[in-house]
Amino acid sequence: MKIEGKVWRYGDNIDTDVIIPARYLNTFDPAELAKHCMVDIDETFAANVKAGDIMVGGKNFGCGSSREHAPVAIKASGIPVVIAASFARIFYRNGINIGLPLLEIGDDVEKISADDVLKIDTSTGTIENVTTGDIFHAHPLPGFVQEIANAGGLINYIKSKN
Amino acid sequence: MGMTMSEKILARHAGLDAVQAGQLVICDLDLVMANDVTGPPSIKEFEKIGRPVFDANKIALIPDHFQPAKDIKSADLAKIMRDFARKNKIKYYFEQGRVGIEHVILPEFGIVAPGMLIIGADSHTCTYGAVNAFSTGVGTTDLAVGLATGKAWFKVPEAINVHLTGEKPSNICGKDVILTLIGKIGVDGALYKALEFTGEGVCELSMTDRLTISNMAIEAGAKAGVFPFDERTKFYVANRAKKPFAPVTADDDAKYCATVEINLSELKPVVALPHLPENVKPVDELGEIKINQVVIGSCTNGRLEDLGIAAGILRGRKVHPDVRCIIIPGSQEIYKEAVHCHWIDIFIDAGCVVSCPTCGPCLGGYMGILSAGERCVSTTNRNFRGRMGHVDSEVYLASPFVAAASAVLGKISTPEEVL
Repeated sequence: MKIEGKVWRYGDNIDTDVIIPARYLNTFDPAELAKHCMVDIDETFAANVKAGDIMVGGKNFGCGSSREHAPVAIKASGIPVVIAASFARIFYRNGINIGLPLLEIGDDVEKISADDVLKIDTSTGTIENVTTGDIFHAHPLPGFVQEIANAGGLINYIKSKN
Repeated sequence: MGMTMSEKILARHAGLDAVQAGQLVICDLDLVMANDVTGPPSIKEFEKIGRPVFDANKIALIPDHFQPAKDIKSADLAKIMRDFARKNKIKYYFEQGRVGIEHVILPEFGIVAPGMLIIGADSHTCTYGAVNAFSTGVGTTDLAVGLATGKAWFKVPEAINVHLTGEKPSNICGKDVILTLIGKIGVDGALYKALEFTGEGVCELSMTDRLTISNMAIEAGAKAGVFPFDERTKFYVANRAKKPFAPVTADDDAKYCATVEINLSELKPVVALPHLPENVKPVDELGEIKINQVVIGSCTNGRLEDLGIAAGILRGRKVHPDVRCIIIPGSQEIYKEAVHCHWIDIFIDAGCVVSCPTCGPCLGGYMGILSAGERCVSTTNRNFRGRMGHVDSEVYLASPFVAAASAVLGKISTPEEVL
């Protein structure tokens, strides 16, 4: 998948409670979750995010609760890919499982700022910062985890094995 | 080459003689668990797969987060799970009045046991490492596939050896141990890794201490937090375990990626300041921090021993006039035992709220939500921004000793300041 979009930039340890606070977890409707995505740290996000925009965080992105509502809320907001220095492990699994590509790039994330424009090829993990000219390469997914991502998520992958 | 406890459990469940850290394996699961927040979306995903449940006797569905239902939408979630449990004859479904907090009741009822491999759609599923199991939190899609196939994929984690030595002082409990550890290694200090506890200090820790410690392994980013099987574990599981079990022991030459030393005798009562569990400071270095609320409960510290600690401090004392103190027993059994011990009398006489078992305020669900600018000392596990209510409220994580003492004095306090 090739993506070009504007960056929403967040810091380290973005937890799933701020991605989607528990007070909204009495539903799992993606569109409803998207309305409240990031609200506790960025009230402007839900109203202003555009389909194709890219979310970029620091280290340990998605830490905390296992709620898959968090990557679902991000995906339903129109974000096609999240980039971070590192991801918390449950969030990482959840992203792959629901077909939301997550690209881990370590300290290179410091070279991406809010409102930069990025061009991304998720199949190769290549990220071009169009604004600065920098090029980064995401860590590849191991073994059959790449196959899960290629299938668009774990349910599709399992169904293809049925 | 020797194996860690985590490697041994994963190897056994992958049908392999040995595995190494970094290896990808597909494992058979002994138990698949979800709650009323994560269960319903898992059920929706499960139904897309088009298979029956893999084994109704190896599934636990626990309505504990927003139940007894806090609102209509939460009642709808509970109904989806209840209907699914009935239709599929799920063995471990517990209705209100019989249910408790998932990570309290599964060990208490012996549904989790040594050597087992468990996934749960709740990040604190790592709690069962305390009974020498490998258990880890997953999201709803992994859980759905677990319900259908009884399998999950794992990357075998490297392990950090948490080497415990020394005697535990009487005002210290498991919460101080795990907060101190998270303060040392940070909230991503064990990312993608397992914590494994070793050393003669392990025998100093009660099962309640161990359950608290394993529970918060995720707060260091860990996949699991596994304790060795010893006499205390044996005693705890002896009359509980539903099935025969096979404990694991780390090999003498097991390979760890790092070692962290903790001398229990040097520990002091600590709190984690807002808004991360790694912001750990000794209580006696804090100065005066006034509070509005105390919560004693949760999957971290809602066990009988925790309530006993709180009752010991609140006996004959009153909750500070400016403070609301909310006590939440983790299970009906614990609640009943606390009644028998007259601890509930002590709590009510002191001016506490006593609730039925629920996750309630821990995740900002209900039963003690904070207003803007309010501060809470809580025995729960997370102090993220907005976790217990308003985005401008604050949560300080602490042991039941510190929480109860703080309830009496209206400011964050050590038990010594009260006793």
